[in-house]
Amino acid sequence: MKTILFIIQKEFKQIFRNKGMLPVIFVLPLVQLLILSNAASFEIKNIKFSYVDNDHSTASRELISKFEASKYFNVIESFSSKKEADSQMQTGTVDMILEIPNHFERDLITEKATNLSVSINAIDGAAAGVESVYILQIINGFNQKIQTQLSQYNDANEVQPLNIVTIPSFWYNNTLNYKTFMVPGILVLLVTMLTLFLSSMNIVREKEIGTLEQINVTPIQKYQFIIGKLFPFWVLGLLILTVGLTIAKVVFNVPILGNIGLIYFFTSVYLLVILGIGLIISNHSDTQQQAMFVAWFFTVIFILMSGLFTPIESMPQWAQNITLLNPIRYFVEIIRMVMLKGATFSDISKPFFMIVGYAFALNGIAIWSYKKVN
Amino acid sequence: MKRFIGFVTKEFYHIFRDKRTMFILFGMPIAQIMLFGFAITNEINNVNIAILDQSKDSETQKIINKISASKYFIINDAISSENQIENVFQKGKVKAVLVFETDFIKNLQTHKQAKVQVITDATDPNMANTIANYVNAILQNYTQEINKNNKPSHLIQTQTQLYYNPELKSVFNFVPGVMTIILMLVSAMMTSISITREKELGTMEVLLVSPIKPFQVIVGKVFPYIFLSIINATIILLLGFFVFKMPIEGNLLLLAFESVLFIITALSLGILISTVSNSQQTAMMLSLMGLMLPVIILSGFIFPISSMPMPLQIISNIVPAKWFIIIIKAILLKGATISVIWKETLILVGMTTFFLAVSIKKYKIRLE
Repeated sequence: MKTILFIIQKEFKQIFRNKGMLPVIFVLPLVQLLILSNAASFEIKNIKFSYVDNDHSTASRELISKFEASKYFNVIESFSSKKEADSQMQTGTVDMILEIPNHFERDLITEKATNLSVSINAIDGAAAGVESVYILQIINGFNQKIQTQLSQYNDANEVQPLNIVTIPSFWYNNTLNYKTFMVPGILVLLVTMLTLFLSSMNIVREKEIGTLEQINVTPIQKYQFIIGKLFPFWVLGLLILTVGLTIAKVVFNVPILGNIGLIYFFTSVYLLVILGIGLIISNHSDTQQQAMFVAWFFTVIFILMSGLFTPIESMPQWAQNITLLNPIRYFVEIIRMVMLKGATFSDISKPFFMIVGYAFALNGIAIWSYKKVN
Repeated sequence: MKRFIGFVTKEFYHIFRDKRTMFILFGMPIAQIMLFGFAITNEINNVNIAILDQSKDSETQKIINKISASKYFIINDAISSENQIENVFQKGKVKAVLVFETDFIKNLQTHKQAKVQVITDATDPNMANTIANYVNAILQNYTQEINKNNKPSHLIQTQTQLYYNPELKSVFNFVPGVMTIILMLVSAMMTSISITREKELGTMEVLLVSPIKPFQVIVGKVFPYIFLSIINATIILLLGFFVFKMPIEGNLLLLAFESVLFIITALSLGILISTVSNSQQTAMMLSLMGLMLPVIILSGFIFPISSMPMPLQIISNIVPAKWFIIIIKAILLKGATISVIWKETLILVGMTTFFLAVSIKKYKIRLE
């Protein structure tokens, strides 16, 4: 036990001695949490809207003013021809072009039908889908208003159409605030990245510098060495989590509905999994560069497959099955469930036991594959 | 010159000797492009929903059939009381509950109006909003169907044209993004590590006292990575083109030129990182922790920049990846020529010069 304490003491000294590293460990993640959480939103706003009005009538102006009033659109300018507008689309100053045909108003009133054409820059397919929904909503609203206005003095005996009303109601987050969703997720990422990178570089660094040999000839046992090496990072992970949760609560006002002890309990087990992965990488690499690269490779794939930025449900089944192997996925899921929905232990017991299983398996492999003799 | 070639050869040996790094260097882009192309999408489909049908009549049954027929929804559960809603949300699988009011058919026929409530689990606000929109669209469609005999007059029909990506494939958006992330991180991280590594191991001293000029040392260090990054960029573009049918509308030469320019920008950032850090660990943490998330989040790769708050839109201008993504999307999908993207190109050139100037200023030819 005393041996472990000495190793832990050595590790802490080494962490705090490296002045270049301290800001990277403590400041960088928190600054990122503060800044990037504001950026991570799929909300579509400020669509760069332009129009070509060939009609110049009351109706066409009224339609355009509807777009001007909407918070989703920024009206950039009007163009005199579609061709001119298209060239602006090419340079990227415009995202969307509404073309109002000649005789728009006349056709609408006398012919009882007319056309509008809308062009959308669809490179970002998901955004284009949302934009077209917004556009149709505005046009339909305008259309309904015109219809009621005109039908008042036209045919009063027209049959009233059947109507099904949908009433949306958004639980747990009724203002649809994106930050309450992203902040816990980004926090998970930062905790994971920091502990994984640091632990995977740790032992291999001693290998590369040559000090590992000196430790290997001492009577320190394998398990003592590994526990001593990993404990500081475990503490570090929980520390970052604490600061992160404080920021989430104080700065972003993210609700913490569930039991905060549950989050800590889960994180303390989760960190063992991550440290185990780091250790395995460290054991199997010869240089820090290699270790870092392997760690990076897995982190990027874990992040992308975690459901943090994109929904897991939309993936094909085989990909969803792969995500079951991804520890980050469980952490993201659980921290969101506990914080935002107030889930209790019985709700998260399944992923929790998965993580416990993982922790045992990975750390077993890590200790087994660490060799004191080359 | 001969010395320099000798030095570059040494660097290549260093890189090719390390099989694991090589494997990841080339496995990474392939794995990521495949994941993005086949697995990851920010579209919303196959959402599990539950139904609370308090009316259970022929009309609600028809609507439920409509909903289960769409590719967006899978009906996972039928519940019988409002108290259960909280319960199914807690379990986490069901993302929305449709509640049909009692006497749905009677209200529809006698009062001409019936209500459906869409309760969504808005912990993911984007998904919740999209679900509500989709359900609304399906129901609107259905109302039009039942009102068929009663055609509304004064109808505006909207024709929507989708430019550059008519099938709304998300992979068209992701290929340029993945390419940028990989080039940025590979170039910046690898160079910064390989330079600090010589510092840490003490071999930098040996290089500095040798007749090779410090300038040549840096160029020699960077050169192999330019080569590797170009290969990586080519692999990514080939995969995008052949596997995902990503169009290449623009000029290939221009594309090659811009890619090399961006690689050099990333490399000079790597050199800058290596001059400010004294150990490999610091260099790595700076390039990974410092670059990875900003490149993913602030570059417009996943999240649209125009929707961000104003200060962040301004900050995003200093992320080189943002400009490269604009350039590459313009060339690949819009067939842009240099006259369209000269501004972005100049910005990248400016950033490169800046990084290099600062590095030269900070570069120490003597060790403390």
